[in-house]
Formats: sequence, structure tokens, C-alpha cells
Amino acid sequence: MKKLFCLLLTTLLTMAVLSGCGTDGTGESSGDNSSAEPVYGGSVVVGIQQDIDSLDPHKATAAGTKEILFNIFEGLVKLDENGNLINAVASDYTISDDGLVYTFTLRDNVKFHNGNVVTCEDVKYSLERVSGLLDGTPLISTLKTIQAVDILDDKTVQVTVESPNTELIYSFVAAIIPAGSGEDMEADPIGTGPFSFVSYKPQEGIVVAKNPDYWQSGLPYLDEVNFKIVNSADSALLELQGGTIDIYAYLTDSQAAELQDTFNVEASPSDVVQALFLNNTVAPLDDVRVRQAICYALDKEMINEFVGGGNGTLISSAMLPTLKDNYVDLNDTYGTTANVEKAKELLADAGYADGFDLEIAIPSNYEFHMQTGEVVVEQLKAVGINATIKAVEWSTWLDEVYNGRQYQATISGITCDSTPGYLLNRFQTDSSKNFINFVNADYDEIYLKAQAAQDPEEKKGYYAQLQQILCEEAGSAFLQVPANMTALNKKLMGYKFYPVYVQDMSTVYWVE
Amino acid sequence: MKTQKKRKWNKYLTAGLFMTGFALLLGIVGIFWTPYSTTAMSAAEKFDAPSLRHLFGTDNFGRDIFSRVMEGMGTTVVISSLVVLFSGTFGILLGALTGYFGGLLDEIVMRVTDAVNGFPSILLTLVIISILGSGRQNVILSLGIVFIPSYIRIVRSEFIRLRDADYIMRARLMGAGRMRILFVHILPNIFSVFWVSVMIGFNNAILAESGMSYLGIGVQPPDASLGKMLSDAQGYLQTAPWYALAPGLAIVWVVLGFALFGEGIRRQKVD
Repeated sequence: MKKLFCLLLTTLLTMAVLSGCGTDGTGESSGDNSSAEPVYGGSVVVGIQQDIDSLDPHKATAAGTKEILFNIFEGLVKLDENGNLINAVASDYTISDDGLVYTFTLRDNVKFHNGNVVTCEDVKYSLERVSGLLDGTPLISTLKTIQAVDILDDKTVQVTVESPNTELIYSFVAAIIPAGSGEDMEADPIGTGPFSFVSYKPQEGIVVAKNPDYWQSGLPYLDEVNFKIVNSADSALLELQGGTIDIYAYLTDSQAAELQDTFNVEASPSDVVQALFLNNTVAPLDDVRVRQAICYALDKEMINEFVGGGNGTLISSAMLPTLKDNYVDLNDTYGTTANVEKAKELLADAGYADGFDLEIAIPSNYEFHMQTGEVVVEQLKAVGINATIKAVEWSTWLDEVYNGRQYQATISGITCDSTPGYLLNRFQTDSSKNFINFVNADYDEIYLKAQAAQDPEEKKGYYAQLQQILCEEAGSAFLQVPANMTALNKKLMGYKFYPVYVQDMSTVYWVE
Repeated sequence: MKTQKKRKWNKYLTAGLFMTGFALLLGIVGIFWTPYSTTAMSAAEKFDAPSLRHLFGTDNFGRDIFSRVMEGMGTTVVISSLVVLFSGTFGILLGALTGYFGGLLDEIVMRVTDAVNGFPSILLTLVIISILGSGRQNVILSLGIVFIPSYIRIVRSEFIRLRDADYIMRARLMGAGRMRILFVHILPNIFSVFWVSVMIGFNNAILAESGMSYLGIGVQPPDASLGKMLSDAQGYLQTAPWYALAPGLAIVWVVLGFALFGEGIRRQKVD
């Protein structure tokens, strides 16, 4: 009996201690470090949300993997923090007037992590591998248009493509790997990036070390970066507070507020389009009226308020507002607050006046999507749709929902690689990434026209039409572009926020 | 068994009865009625501190925590009861058969229970859940399976103790059937022992269910469950400590109640 009371007492005391320790450490936070000199060396632990799906840069599909591989691999060109292309393995390139021939000049003395200098053979091999010329299976779908890769001299490679596409150059960020090393990538990834691969432990993380031969002189600063998988948003907070991770980019709104004093917390627009994705071939979602009803039923402002602290940007189609030239504001189509009458009317038209059951599968490691799910379920209830949440493991989600397309609805985010076409590409009927099974002949036709268009204005017009079709046909209920809340150790400087989903560690350094 | 005689006041039993009774009442009422909707969200009432209006305050969606604790308690009690019912029934059946008859069946069943006991129970439930998928029924089933061995052992040892007792011999001589001996003559006599293990089992079931919901594989949101509430509240420990305290204290209350109840029954029997 005494034991029981001891237990009770201990529990209460623990709770008291836990709730009391919140203010610790605020006094010792250092002041303004912006004038401090960068220090070379040191290591940093970066918290990441999910395990890696492949170490092969050509096969990795998850955005969470690409954000890490960005540090290990580089293409002929790469993206900078403004979303512009800069030359990487190539020092220069020219595109022929008809848009069919790309000529790349290799940069002198770019070395792989194994010490070998990058040659035209390596470039040819890499491009042939991703385009499917090597074994018939294209690994990066946008590059399957490559017809031939020719070596002109020991510094020049010429790429011929099937049809002109002004956005194709963005696809040449595809990693350059040593010739013939494709099979070894999973075990021993070798690239030209600022960091070289050291080790990978499933469910734990991946460690990379400084590449001393990196072609950008002076970079990187850090000796070692440890990308550590953090199981949940809650443990991320505990690990940040405990000092076991230095950088975490996916804070929730309340966590950001809590860490305000002890960390540098910065908000930046993300490149994630969050949506309640609807499987267009599963009844009753195969009826456009039902999908529209769902769009009307959702109160996006409320969702943003509850899970994003009001920092997100509301959207109604698959385009980032930050891609200003191509973005069309379609928020008036369904409104940003709930229109219950209209939704009920549409449901009644479709024969579901009494509602229906809807199962929403959500990857459980994403606290943000899980919380969104709770709000969505509540909002759908108001129009009679009985929605339930099914939390699934990330790997299960990839297998069953994303690749297997065995689901009714899901809440997740799709990311952008800074070309407007990339986000719209996946909704073509036969795209391998069209996991919502969106089928629309007009859409397919206009997308092809958009790809072929050389004139930027004309292209823009087509993209606007595509966004409109996707919105009006209610391919899915697009919700918002959440803000990224990033916590940085106060002694770390130089972290760059990219408009795409990458974590560039090459410019990060410690200050004393 | 049931003869009323003057006994010393059993304070364990009284305290246990009071605490479990109160918790059960709250939980059972919570299944049918709560002061506020358990899912209705309100941006205006986000993270309200405990007050007369919201006894335990509100959570990150502005939902009334007291209502959610009531519903969560109901969920937990229902799941735990079904787990105990499931594992208890199979435990009695297998324990009775193996204990009374012995032999090869006994050997097989006991080795299987050894194997099951060899794994940490949470690991085993995780394996079962990963095969069956998460959700209420599967939680009940997996916890039920994992808890069977503890009942088998207790029931079996009691049956072994009683199978050669004089009154059983006599029943046998008088031609009573095996099933009659098993379930009419022996079973009622092991109830007091069995009852204590049911109480302990109930406690374990509550903690296990909370643990599984905490890990996100039990009851799915937005349905309330004590474990899930605890895990959700973890992120707001410093800004809204009442969110974690409410479900935490509720679990402590129920578990302590059943522990006292079980202890009370044991003493009642000894006295």
C-alpha cells in the first residue's frame, strides 16, 4: 500500500517538476551574433522528420530524402536560395535556338568524393541512366525526353532532346555520379556535393562529412553533419531543449512560440502544397459534385488558424503563391470559409443527402497533417460526411497510398522544385505521380501545349488554365502552403532558406 | 461464500470501490453525455485555463478537456473491460482444461504461454497491431491475446490444487460429468483468487491501452482517449500544463482505484 502512495507522490512531483522547468535557460541565451566571425569546423545535428527512402539520388522520391541528398550530390546545374539556377558541375551551358540541343561545358577539377575528377564519361553515364537510355527505364520522368548524350571533347557534352521545353534545364539538377556506379549508390553513394557520405543507419539517421575538395572554395564550414531522424514533433521539441539537435525546420506553431527565447526561430514560406487529396476513382469521390462539396465544406481559414497559427497561405489549386508569375488566385471558387448550404446541396444532387463514410489516411509522423486531419473531420461532420482518421506509418503511406493508390482520402503535402510545371505535371492522366487518379482530357491536352510553348506569356496562360481546371474539377481539396518554422541554435549562422525543400548545410557555420 | 458476518472495516475495499465507482460512473456517463461536445472546435477558446466554465480548461483546438477526459475514460473502460473479458474467458477455459486434465495439452499450452511471456507485452501487441492494422477492435484483440497467459497460469494452478480435493473425488464417485466438475464444482471456488487477478489485469489493460494510444496506434483521433490526450499535450507542457495534468491524473485515479479494490478483495478473503 505504501508503494502505491509513493508511486502517486512520485508521479505528482514529476509532473510538477516538468511543468516548472519551462523557464530554465532563458537567462543565458546569448545576444546578437551577427557580427561574429565564422569558425571553421565543428559538427551539427539536424533533426529530420522521416527515414530515407533511397540513397540513390536518381531513385529517391521522398522530398525528405532529397533535402539531405542535396548536400551529397550535385547536377550539372543546381538551385540557389532564390530559386535560380547556378552552374555546378558544368561551368557553362548553351541551349540551341530550337530548344533541342543542350551543350554543357564541364567545370575544371570538380572531384568526386572518391578523389576522381569528373569526366564527360561520368556525365554521359548519369544522364543516360536517369533518362532510361541505359536500360530502358527512365528514373526521372522529365528527362526521358533525352534522345542522345554525345561527348564532343574532354570538357564538352552535348545533349539532344526530343521536344523543346523551356523548363527542362531545371531537370539537369539530376545528380552526376561516377560512371558505372549506379548499382553501388545504395551502399556507397558518391557525388560531388559539399559533403561526403559517411554512414546511414535505418531509423536513426545519416552522417555526412566535409568534402575538402569541394569546388566552391571556402565551403563548407562544418566538418560533420548528422541528420538525425526524430520520431515525432514532441520528441523534436524535447531534443531541441535538451540540446541534442541544433536545427529543426518543422516546428509547430506552439513549439515555435515556446522556443522563441532559447533558439533563433524563423518563419519562411515553404514549398509544400498541403491538401486533402481525394482519390478520384473511388466512389463516392468519383462524382465531381461530391469533391466540390468537400471543397465547400472546408473552412481553410480555421485550419490555418488552428494548425498553422495563421502563418500559412491559403490556396485552391496546385501552385505556390511564391511563384508569382504563374500563380492564379482561385480562392473565390469555393471561398476560404465553410459554405455548408452549398456543400449539402451538392451532396444531395449527387445522391448523398445523408452523407457517407470517408476514411482519411494520414502519415502519422507528420504532426501538422494529423492535426489538420482532426479539424477536417470536424468540418466535414457539419455537412454530414462521417470522416475518420487512419494514422499510417510513413513507409506504409508511401506503399499503399502514394504508390499503391489504395485509399479514399489523405492529407499530405506535395513539394515543388521551383518550376511551375513540376506541380502541375503530376495531374496528367497517365503520370506515374498522379496518385489522386485525376482524369481530365482537357487538362492533358493543355499541359502538352504548355510544355511545348516557347513564349513565356503563352505558357503562363496555359498554366493558369490548368490551375483553373484542377480547382473547378475539384481534383482535390487544396488547403494551404504552410510556413516553415525553423529553430536554429543561437550560435549557428549562415543557414539559408530555400524556396524548395532542401537543407543546404554548406553555408552553415558556428560562431563563438 | 456470501455469508454476512461482522468484519473489520475494510478501508481498502471502501476506497477502491469509491474511486473505481466514481471513475466508472464518469466514464459510462461520458459515453452517452458530456457537458460540451468532445470534438467541437473553437478558435476563441484555444488554451483556456481551467475555470468554472471549463473545469479542466481547453486544448489546442479549443475543445473542453473535462468532456474529453470523460469520453476518454469511457473509451478506456470499455476497451479494458472487453480485453479482460476476452482474455479472462480464454484464460479460464484453457486454464481449467490444462489444470484438470494435464497431459500433452497442458504441456503444449504451457510452452506457448512461456513463449508469449518471453516477449515484452508491448512488443507483442505492436507486432499483432502491425499485422492487423490499428483501430479499436484490433487493440482489444491484441491486448486480449497478450493477457491470456497470466489468467491461464492462475486458473491452472488453482485447478491443480483443487482437482484432487475430497469433495471433487466425491462428485466424481457420484458420477458427475467432467464439464460439471470443471465448471460447477471447481470454478466457483477459485473466484476470489480469480477476481484479484481480474483487478490487476484491468489495471494492466488500462495502462496498456493508454500506452498504445500514446504511441498513436490505439483509438484514432479525433476520438478522445486518455493516452492520446497525454501524447498530444506533451507539446504544450509549458504553455498549457493543465492539458497534460487532466488525462494524467485521470489515469492515476483509475489505476490507483483498481489497485486498492484488488487489495481490498484480497484482504476480505484473508480476514
